[in-house]
Amino acid sequence: MFNIEISQIKVIASKEFRDRIRNRWVIAVAIIFTAFALAIAYFGSAQQGEVGLRNIEVTIASLVSLVIYLIPLIALILGYDAIVGERERGSLDLLLSMPITRLELILGKFLGLSAALASATLVGFGLVGLLLAYQINLDALYHYMGFMFSAILLGMVFLSLAVMVSVISKDRARASGAAIAVWFFFVLVYDLILLGILVLSGGSFGEALFPLLLLLNPADIFRILNIFSTEDLKVFYGLATVFPASLSNPWLLGSMMTTWIVMPLTIALWRFK
Amino acid sequence: MKNNVIEVKNVIKHYGDVLAVDGVTFTVVKGETLGLIGHNGAGKSTLFKMMLGLIPLTTGEISINGAPVHGSAFRELRRSIGYLPENVVFYDNLTGLETLKFFASLKSCDQNKCLSLLEKVGLTHAANRRVDGYSKGMRQRLGFAQALLGNPRILFLDEPTTGLDPEAIREFYLILNELNTQGVTVVITSHILSEIQERVQRLAVLKSGKLHALGTVQELRESVNLPLIIKVRHHCSQSILQSLMQEIALESIAVSETAAELSCHRTHKMEVLHKLSTLGALIEDVVVREPSLEDVFLGYAG
Repeated sequence: MFNIEISQIKVIASKEFRDRIRNRWVIAVAIIFTAFALAIAYFGSAQQGEVGLRNIEVTIASLVSLVIYLIPLIALILGYDAIVGERERGSLDLLLSMPITRLELILGKFLGLSAALASATLVGFGLVGLLLAYQINLDALYHYMGFMFSAILLGMVFLSLAVMVSVISKDRARASGAAIAVWFFFVLVYDLILLGILVLSGGSFGEALFPLLLLLNPADIFRILNIFSTEDLKVFYGLATVFPASLSNPWLLGSMMTTWIVMPLTIALWRFK
Repeated sequence: MKNNVIEVKNVIKHYGDVLAVDGVTFTVVKGETLGLIGHNGAGKSTLFKMMLGLIPLTTGEISINGAPVHGSAFRELRRSIGYLPENVVFYDNLTGLETLKFFASLKSCDQNKCLSLLEKVGLTHAANRRVDGYSKGMRQRLGFAQALLGNPRILFLDEPTTGLDPEAIREFYLILNELNTQGVTVVITSHILSEIQERVQRLAVLKSGKLHALGTVQELRESVNLPLIIKVRHHCSQSILQSLMQEIALESIAVSETAAELSCHRTHKMEVLHKLSTLGALIEDVVVREPSLEDVFLGYAG
């Protein structure tokens, strides 16, 4: 049914990636990541009256809290313009008159932007990883790599959502509004609603249902992926009390993230007329 | 007919309640240049987009080289189709050469030809300048170069000469003429009717989404039946002129002592010329003017 030409996806993806390198988007975001990560790594224990580079696992936990806000926002800002921008400027017709399918165009845009975001994430957090290297054992290195990988996955989920918003929206102004709404919903509102339900029901609300509801939010999946990767932090965050270990299998969580990447892109393709 | 490159059959397009294209049927044969004329909103661009498979038809059928304008067969065909949209827009951050290379890679054609295409449209000097510094005319020329990528067999040109200076327009039609002799089929729209008049083999006139007329310029002129204009420089008295006009159904547009502008039905043309010649030295000069395409266009689409 789908006759995909990889070369066409590559042409679009490399243009998107090159554009972001050229306009210094990648380097700017990498610097933001490095600056935040360094500040967290260095000043993170200021409340306890000490500063300096600390235990990498505590650093990862703090970085997770930062990334959960920052990466979805950056991904949405990066991607909301992908299709609606071409349509509004008037370059979409010419693009679609080429021997390229809508699926290839969407995948090319998505993969090119993902590569840009992934590069910024790897460079930004990788630099801090190098600085912390002297105190990293193999186990901690594994966790830090896991953190960077899951941060890239989180970025791809929100890029996928951004591309969907970009296809559905009539113009750029509406697309940017919808992108901000998506960020508010998944990053701020969703957890508050769950928390509200939990509190109002006196904790009795669906012990089995609650963890499943957490899996419906990619930001929460990212948090669980990282918190559960380190034994010490499970208890520290208290998440273990609401989230059963049976659902914390990284493969399950990873495939949930993948579903979150595929689903919005599928909707985008369906609605792309 | 096997020579038919583009076949449009009973095409209807609705945008909600708006009927944009209403039962249009025509064919374009190999190597032909068809001009599409009509006012803004007549349905030209919608028809263009449907022929390129960019928007779906409500009902009807469009085929290019015998294949419908969607699906994998049409994707292959797109490599041999060149399209210049109205008010073409490119990526401001790319240079002219990079822009061509980007589209060349999408069309899987030789990127080494990009420079010679830029030369062909007179943009060599700006090849490495970013498109945001291009004038309207330069963008249009880059758009034309883009449409010529991969030696297309079919060209769709939507208002291709907008923003071009007269010299560039002349060069544009020279290239188009060269392509025509190579058997390239062209569909072109333009608002500058006197310009298109000399360059197309047939014209399709669209009015409110309907195909109002289709034929060669001469056929359109004849079918619309506009009178001929006859300009005479003379030494006749008013009475001679009056009797002449009564005799052969000439109508006066403007008459002075030495010149007269008259109109007559085209079937009376030879009779009028004959009568005028019998006046001998009283007539100094006669010019017969065919109605212009503007007249036809206004007659049909106005």
